[in-house]
Amino acid sequence: MANKRRFKGGEIPTSSMADIAFLLLIFFLVTTTIDTDKGLGIVLPPPGDMEIEIRKENILNCLINSQGKVLLDEEPTAIEQIHRIVGQKLRANDKLIVSVKSHPKTAYNDYVRVIDQLKMADAKRISIANSN
Amino acid sequence: MKFTKKTKISSEIPTASMPDIIFMLLIFFMVTTVLKEHSGLPVNLPKAKRIEKLKSKRHTVQLWVSKDGMISIDDRLLSVDEVSMVMYDKRVADPQIVVSLKGDEEAEMGLISDIHENLRKVEALKLNYSTKTLVD
Repeated sequence: MANKRRFKGGEIPTSSMADIAFLLLIFFLVTTTIDTDKGLGIVLPPPGDMEIEIRKENILNCLINSQGKVLLDEEPTAIEQIHRIVGQKLRANDKLIVSVKSHPKTAYNDYVRVIDQLKMADAKRISIANSN
Repeated sequence: MKFTKKTKISSEIPTASMPDIIFMLLIFFMVTTVLKEHSGLPVNLPKAKRIEKLKSKRHTVQLWVSKDGMISIDDRLLSVDEVSMVMYDKRVADPQIVVSLKGDEEAEMGLISDIHENLRKVEALKLNYSTKTLVD
């Protein structure tokens, strides 16, 4: 008598299967990250030492020392202030070329921060001097 | 008079194959998900605000510079002078190549400058300083 009852239902309940699969699907959708490379774009000058004469007033010298201190046209400047000052100078003279020169021992981070500041000021003409 | 019974039209959406469809989608996403593989050197990328995305991975070469001055391209450790050799081949194969420079925050500019020179020599001029996004 008792044995008969035991074999009543031999099926696996599949009604919640879709829910489980949905849950897994959503998990993978959320965790999938398409990682893209992002950064500061720059174009290097073509090879060969060519000398172009540029008028002195069109050049803005930006020197970075090994401690990460910045000298902007002989004027010590905090890195956070660069975009404001360069922005002002660009408005006054749109032919301005910013020449960035760093000490060989300058940390890459400081250099990237300066370039970022120049990008923020929308400086299109950035010249990178060899630091050695 | 008796009306003949009309055939019943079921108004339900068949849900029996639903799990199969969803499983298929699941498998598709599982297969296409690429877990971030770490090839390259351990670097702490600098942070910047004005960043741009690199368009395609196919035209990108990743150049890793660690803080102790090691350089790596395609899982090979290189010296500074070998960079131009490796990059020459890559540039010939793909003229519109972009170098994604993944430099450590503490790397020295002397080395980065040498890399610049080597890239210029082989006319791999499009450079991108790989950074993280700075949130303030």
